[in-house]
Amino acid sequence: MGMRLTHTTIWVLDQDEALKFYTQKLGCKVNTDARMGDFRWLTVNPPGQPEHELILLEPGPPMMDAEAAEQVRALVAKGVVGPGAFEVDDCAAAYAELSGRGVRFLSEPTERFYGIEATLRDNSGNWFSMTQRSAAT
Amino acid sequence: MPDVIPIYVHLLRAKDLIDRDYAQQLDVAALAREAHASSAHFARSFKRAFGETPHGYMLRRRIERATELLRGTELSVTEVSLDVGFASLSSFSHAFRALVGESPGAYARRVRAGVPAPIPACFTLMYTRPLGSSSPGQGADRRPG
Repeated sequence: MGMRLTHTTIWVLDQDEALKFYTQKLGCKVNTDARMGDFRWLTVNPPGQPEHELILLEPGPPMMDAEAAEQVRALVAKGVVGPGAFEVDDCAAAYAELSGRGVRFLSEPTERFYGIEATLRDNSGNWFSMTQRSAAT
Repeated sequence: MPDVIPIYVHLLRAKDLIDRDYAQQLDVAALAREAHASSAHFARSFKRAFGETPHGYMLRRRIERATELLRGTELSVTEVSLDVGFASLSSFSHAFRALVGESPGAYARRVRAGVPAPIPACFTLMYTRPLGSSSPGQGADRRPG
């Protein structure tokens, strides 16, 4: 059975600001930016992965009541949400490039048993690993 | 009720600064600047948002980084204590024991004798900061370094 993950939801505090961050700072490409009433379906592709969509979604009604939306926003803003890990070919080069564009890092590229890893923060508060895998794995 | 989200966003900048520069001598003024907050309100706001004071957070971050160095390198306890920002071995040992429950030397001997757990470091960074007791003994009152 073939089964692959094609979409990842990323809760963001503001879709316009998130769009700027993911495209201008991380280098993602806009996949879809569509509206239906107040709902905005906004997805981007990671720079090296046109087949995967990151859904940049604002918590809110009608999926969530106002209280739940505020709770999710607070969790994101407090920095506890980590949606996943990006893989790069050259962690040091990516770190230099993204730092130069103003991306905030929690840790610099460091040797780990699985490769070289740095951790970064998006502009909403989500954290991601950015890892260059060891050749052996 | 005031919107707390922008406050969290700013406070997170200071928390991230601690995570990145924990080994430096970060004072409250520098952290407050990073959070665009006044020094007077900063520590209280930080504690309300994250459940512990900036100083307590930094202390636990330093000790967590120390456990990683003791697990993953052959550095001596003294070298580790300097690397994570303590100016004296005794304040390091005191804080380590209060949070981890054993001395750094005993911890190093124990973990270096075993097989390392195959857990990505970004998750140990986020999830293994030692909680110890809610207030890390007298060490919390003593500013490291």
